[in-house]
Formats: sequence, C-alpha cells, structure tokens
Amino acid sequence: MPGAHRTRLERLSGQMSDNGPVQIRCPVLNVRRVDAYYAITVVAPGIAERFRSGQFVSVAVGGEHSSTLLRRPFAVHDVKPDYGGTVEFLFSVRGVGTAWLAERRSRDLLDVVGPLGRPFPLPRDPVNCVLVGGGSGGAPLFPLAQSLRRRGCRVDFVLGAASADRVFSAITARRIAETARFTTDDGSFGTRGRVTDVLGRVIEEARSDAVYACGPMPMLRAVTQVAGNHGIPVQVAVEETMACGIGICMTCVIPVVGEDGVTRMVRSCVDGPVFRGEQVRFDDVGTIPFDALGAPGWKGSSAARATEPTRDIA
Amino acid sequence: MNERRHVNADLRTRLGPLRLPNPVVTAAGCAGSGRELARFFDVAEIGAVTTKSVMLEPRAGRPAPRMAETPSGMLSTTGLQGPGVEVFLQRDLPWLLSRGARAIVSIAGATVGEFGELARQVSAAEGVDAIEVNLSCPDPADPSGRHFADDPAQAAAVVRTVRSHARSNVPVLAKLAVDVPDVVKLAEACVGARADGLTMINTLRGMSVDARTLRPAVAGGMGGLSGPAIRPLAVGCVYRVHEALPEVPIVGVGGVRSGTDVLEFMAAGASAVGVGTTNFADPSACTRVLREFTEVLEARGVARVSEIVGAAHRTGA
Repeated sequence: MPGAHRTRLERLSGQMSDNGPVQIRCPVLNVRRVDAYYAITVVAPGIAERFRSGQFVSVAVGGEHSSTLLRRPFAVHDVKPDYGGTVEFLFSVRGVGTAWLAERRSRDLLDVVGPLGRPFPLPRDPVNCVLVGGGSGGAPLFPLAQSLRRRGCRVDFVLGAASADRVFSAITARRIAETARFTTDDGSFGTRGRVTDVLGRVIEEARSDAVYACGPMPMLRAVTQVAGNHGIPVQVAVEETMACGIGICMTCVIPVVGEDGVTRMVRSCVDGPVFRGEQVRFDDVGTIPFDALGAPGWKGSSAARATEPTRDIA
Repeated sequence: MNERRHVNADLRTRLGPLRLPNPVVTAAGCAGSGRELARFFDVAEIGAVTTKSVMLEPRAGRPAPRMAETPSGMLSTTGLQGPGVEVFLQRDLPWLLSRGARAIVSIAGATVGEFGELARQVSAAEGVDAIEVNLSCPDPADPSGRHFADDPAQAAAVVRTVRSHARSNVPVLAKLAVDVPDVVKLAEACVGARADGLTMINTLRGMSVDARTLRPAVAGGMGGLSGPAIRPLAVGCVYRVHEALPEVPIVGVGGVRSGTDVLEFMAAGASAVGVGTTNFADPSACTRVLREFTEVLEARGVARVSEIVGAAHRTGA
C-alpha cells in the first residue's frame, strides 16, 4: 500500500505537505439516496485526517478486472470522526461507472485515492462568506461551511439546480447558514431562475466579504462576474472531467492567468480544483488562448518561462 | 519434492549498454516527470522513469476535451503539452535524479533539426540514462500531417540525427508507432540508423464519437488509443520485431496492468516493460506490477529475469 511508503517518502522529500494523498481500499459504510443523488460513505481514516474542504477523492469503478479503467472524481461532502474517520461523496448515475457505484453495499471495498487537489483558502479573520452551489456542485460547500463557522465566519448559502430534487441538502444548508436561498430553473423550489439572479441581493443583505462557488463552468463564470461587480473576492471550484486526478494525464487543463499575468494551461486536478475566479479565463475554456504560454505561434519571453510555477504539487 | 532453489529472482535487465535493476519502467506521457507518482511510491524502486516527451519550446497542447474513456482503454490527445526543454532540464530532471531514480528522457521534435538539438541538450545533462525518441510527432514537411514513424526513411533520419547529436555514451531508444504498413521495416530502419533499442508500442490513432452530439469525443477528432485494449496488438508487434531482430533490446509497452502482463511482454521478446495508462487508474501500479511480477517469477522458479526474454519464441510449436 502506498500508505506504507509515506513515512519514508516524507523523509525523502522535505517539501512534501502533510496532506498528500493516499490510496486506500476502504470498506463502504453505507450507500443512500439523497433526492436525485446517491451518497456513499466509506471508512477511510487516512483520507479523513488529511482532508481540507474543497479537496476531492477519486474512486475506481467496476472491480479489479473492469473494462472502465478510469477513476471517477467526486467532491467530498462530509468527513466524520466515526470509525477512525469516514468520508462521504455524492454522485448521480450518469454511466456504467456511477451505475456500478450505486449498486455497492455496506462492507464492499472501494479503491479510493485522496484527498486530491488544492483546498479552499480560508480567511484569517471572521468575515462574511456566501457559498454558491450549482447542482451536485453544492457538495464541497458543506465541509467548507463548517470550517468557516469554526473560524467565526458568517455563512450564507445560495444553492441552485434544474429542479427541486437536484437542490442539494437544503435542510442542512438552512441549519448551518445564517440564511439559505434556493433557485431552480423550473421554479419547483425557491426562486425560479439562476443562482446569480439572487446572489447580488444576498451579498448586499449579508454584507458578504467573500464568495465561494462550485458548479458548472457557466455558473462559475456568472458568479465571478457578480462578485466582481460587488468588488469582493471569489474562489471557484471547477468540475472538469479528468482521467487520473493526480496530475499526470494532462487532460483536465483550463486556461488560468498566473500572478505574473501569463496565461497557462493548468491542471484542474493538482493546480485546482480551486482557483481565484478572476484568474480563470472562462470565455476561453475549451480552447488554447493565442496568448497562452506555449500556444501555437507563441513568442513569450524567457522571463515568462523562468517564472513557470515551481510550487510543489503536494 | 523439488526444493525451492530461488528465493529471490535476479531482476536485473539490460537495454544494450543501459543496465536497470528491474524491468518495470513508466511509459512516456503516463508519469509526468515522476514527481506526481512519487507521492504514491518511491520512484527509485522501479527500473526507470520515462519522462513525458519534452519539446524545445513550452507547449500549450490541444484544446479540451482531450480524453474519452473507451472499452478497456482511453483515447487521449494532449498535444504534447509541456514546459519546454529549458525548464525540464532546470526543474524536472534534477528533481527526478535527486530521488535516485533512473531517467529515460523522451524527446519530441517538430522537425528533424529540433530532434538533434534536443538530443544535444538532453544528453549533455548529467545523469540522463537514455533518450527515447518519440517518432509519433506530426512531420511538418508532410502536408497530410503524417507522423515521422509513418515513413521508415523519415524515422531513420530522425534517429540518425539524434544519435549523431547525443553524447555517445547515452543510449538512444526509438519509440515506434505500429499503425504503419510494416512495423518490422520501421524497426529495421531505426536500428539501421543506430538506435540502441526500440520501445513499442505508442498509442494507436483512433476515434470515438459522442452519441449525443455526433461529434468526435476528443478535440481534433483523432486521439491516441491506449490501455489493455491494445495489449495483444503490442505483444504481437514485440514478438514479430524480436523474431526479426533478436539482438535488439525492446521496451514493451501497451496496456500493462499486472505482473503477468510483464511476463507476457518479456516472453514475446521485451527486455523491459513500460506501465502507461494503468498509472492513471492506479497511481501505485508500477510498484504493484513489479511486486506481482516478482511473485510470478518466483512461483515459476525463474532465477534470472533474462531467462524469460524471448521464451515464447523458443517454446512455440
């Protein structure tokens, strides 16, 4: 098991952070339906103890001889100290992999890697935060809300989805947050419309100092715009498809502007999934912007190359 | 009862002048430069890390979507995204060597001249164990976008240039694409151009169409097919090339998932075996595969790994 290598590896690498991922075969504690979603809780102390909100896990599907090779990435919805540490993630059935997961039962073993990715940065001071989730993108906002509350932050929720059964954990959101607003495309729950239709007013009423958001790319783009209009910072967690989740396959890249003003194609899995909203070039997602480092015809300075991020991925 | 004579099999293997402590290496493009996988296992424990193909300049690669899952495999098209050779030599290679790993550096040129320049710079760096030449790059001189590997003469020109620009004590491996008319001819052309060994196979060009949009599932249409789906094809190519060129060392690559798969490639004629797409699915795959392979050898009572190289040729009907 990779866990067994950790101590020695950490000694080998002084830079390695404490919350590097582990790969564990974890027993399933339970599988339950939550509205339109499934929730699986696994017993995974090694992952639970390292986890920080915003990070995700990747789960192998289909068993050892599966013909679906690639892991499925899921945001962590909840971490509890029970049984030494449990981790819960949510998903909807969208293909053979998630259908297989939905059929898991208590005590089955799952091969889980985590925690992966960069967590949400937390404010130093007890400021007012509004958390915006779209569909299953609401999941990682719940452990974030708990962390923010522990720091004395005010938390307000705005959760949106296509319909009532896809709005995420509305009751929990009401319990944790000062206020919780809901929107649905069909008007079956809360306000008919998009999260951004109500976000501006929530920011004003709650005197929010910061926005955290997770959901589909168009929603993150619109939320970033609203936060910008109010002059407050926004952290977004992207939901890109990925093959490996650990930074080697290079398939989950999006264009992001660095501190030095240079756009790079960065990996959502290890450089994200959390980014500062204004640094993501939402309009150019799915393309290689002409001015991105290494784009066709790119003639950047060697200075830009030299400032290629050297930060450790762990 | 037979006494178990071999408790520990001798795993050491050779690729021409290159000596490796065991035959399990990473496949190029499936392990970055080792740093990401080092969070899951000690990269010095495996035979070598083959690094992602490096180009002369930084490269942003292809637009998304870059990947589609296929039966027992995946299609991908990253477009050789990478930091360029300067950053690779300053940042990535020293890191890998500082971990005590052996480094096979894959290079990808846009032109024959670029291959030569890359070979010069990479082989001048201290500690590079071998250069692997990625021949599956589009040849800019060819308007149809063919790869260097599609024409044995062009492939040979690249290998010859690399060999003449690389330091003479750094072995050169030619990585072959096998969706070509005659893989044995391609192999012979590369060996004739003084490649020290061959790595095979690269991904196969394929397509997957999104059933909802009726558009190709990856940007640009074609992607490289990898994973266990291509393994029998890869083993067959290794077998045929080993048969034609029994003295030429081969790194077998293609859908390796278990220790038994390593055995299969070696029996077909490989002296080392690369783990590729499986790293995406199982980040500790390399050490698991090595452990399983060792167990398989010991269960068979094999004393030296070299004994099984090409065994399928000797025991065949």
